[in-house]
Amino acid sequence: MGEYLSLLEKRLDKGQFVVCSEMGPPIGAGLKTIKNKSAALLGYVDGVNVTDNQTAIVRMSSIAAAYMAKQEGLEMIIQVTTRDRNRIGLQSDILGASALGLHNALCLTGDHQCFGMDTGAKNVFDLDSVQLIKVVNDMVTKGVLLSGKEMKAPPYMFIGGAANPFADPFEMQMIKMEKKVKAGARFFQTQAIYNVDRFVEWMKEVRKRDLHKKAYILAGILPARSIKALKMMKEDIAGMDVPDELIERMEKAEDPEEEGVKVAVEIIDRVKKVEGVRGIHLMPVGWEKITPTIVEKAGFYPRPEVD
Amino acid sequence: MIVAEQKKLEEIVEMLKGDFKTLLISGCGTCVTVSLSGGEREVEAMAGLLNMHFSQAGRQVKIETNTIKRHCDFEFIDEAEEEFKNADLILSMACGVGVQHLVERFPEKVVVPALNTSFYGATTAIGEWQERCLGCGDCVLDKYGGVCPVARCSKSLLNGPCGGSQEGYCEVDPETDCGWELIFKRLQSINMLENVMEYDEPKNWQTFRDGGPRKMRNKEYGNG
Repeated sequence: MGEYLSLLEKRLDKGQFVVCSEMGPPIGAGLKTIKNKSAALLGYVDGVNVTDNQTAIVRMSSIAAAYMAKQEGLEMIIQVTTRDRNRIGLQSDILGASALGLHNALCLTGDHQCFGMDTGAKNVFDLDSVQLIKVVNDMVTKGVLLSGKEMKAPPYMFIGGAANPFADPFEMQMIKMEKKVKAGARFFQTQAIYNVDRFVEWMKEVRKRDLHKKAYILAGILPARSIKALKMMKEDIAGMDVPDELIERMEKAEDPEEEGVKVAVEIIDRVKKVEGVRGIHLMPVGWEKITPTIVEKAGFYPRPEVD
Repeated sequence: MIVAEQKKLEEIVEMLKGDFKTLLISGCGTCVTVSLSGGEREVEAMAGLLNMHFSQAGRQVKIETNTIKRHCDFEFIDEAEEEFKNADLILSMACGVGVQHLVERFPEKVVVPALNTSFYGATTAIGEWQERCLGCGDCVLDKYGGVCPVARCSKSLLNGPCGGSQEGYCEVDPETDCGWELIFKRLQSINMLENVMEYDEPKNWQTFRDGGPRKMRNKEYGNG
């Protein structure tokens, strides 16, 4: 393609090792939070995800928050889940996001609503994540909607998906990842990695299937600031593998925050060397302000120019 | 079968506040008898509880009971026509279909539900039932080795498990099997894993609730 609409895609295509992070939009309609969060991240990361009502808790819409953060100069990645919108709403949002200049979309199934505060909500799940990827890809590459309706001005999205190296059943998860690639996923952000050995094994399987050559793999890193946060992830968050040794290490630490940063940087140092890993994705839930520190300590600052 | 469970007594009593002299508690001899919620045994137990309640409340209410073979066929309702007609109020211990069918047959009567109609399920242990079918109207069980992703996966995913599947269990509840783990193991055991290797198109939900209330006519028997 000629001019890149997605700078994230451009960096990856040019062979850069990318650093992404995450921004949780506010529970509220205020602009200030987003402005502050954006200012803190500017220059440190190559792309910022905005979660889509993560853990099924109502927050400002991913697209609206991403648009405002983009105004502050960040490259944004919208998250789109199939939990809350059907094929009509999803496609409509993709058109709107693209028109607003948002050209990266992470397509997800979404956490079940039982994790949030609206446990009595009716879920949608009209499409699954593979189908969503295919639908968006067809919109982009063929200029058609799922209904077959052609568009005069198709959207553009650099399409991503999630992959969880720690979920079961292992082979079926791999089959699904392969389906996502075939459906049009160009990059993957993985579930948070604490068990590096298991991630290394998973990457072997990814390479065996050549998936790393067909899509960019960004390794998920979730810096934990306290023993409580780590335990919660082990016990309450779906699809996480937190080894006991790590919990013990955090327990012994004099300064848990400092240790949390150390652990994150150590994990980054290991995963970045794994063949096929093309970037990292930082998701310090509830501790976003630590992102620049980790980027610096991991040796990723300053970020290279795009060209 | 249709699996149902009894509402809490307080909720039932709340529905029976009005002024009436004769209450008919009507059970159903089919699904809800098997799911131990609205058969003859449960009807009699309910009559006992409500008798106690009314006498404690100082109310004069005559309680009648019947349990007919099926509430979803007028044929069986009509066999007990007089009993229904003589009641001032009917407490139905049938499923939601039964409640509405009684209302259609006796539009002058008020019918209130004693059960919550839960799901289509099978008996998995004594006194335990589990959902197996959602009634989507377009069966795909051939493809998935006889394990339904629409009913057994909490998110009805057609292309594989979500990232919340761990050690065979669903992210929604650690005691609920991951539907995709079941599908995967089943397809593996019958050497049919290739069934789920390829992309599965978005489902046409028109045959489900999304086409509006459903009806069906058998052309051989119906008058259509």
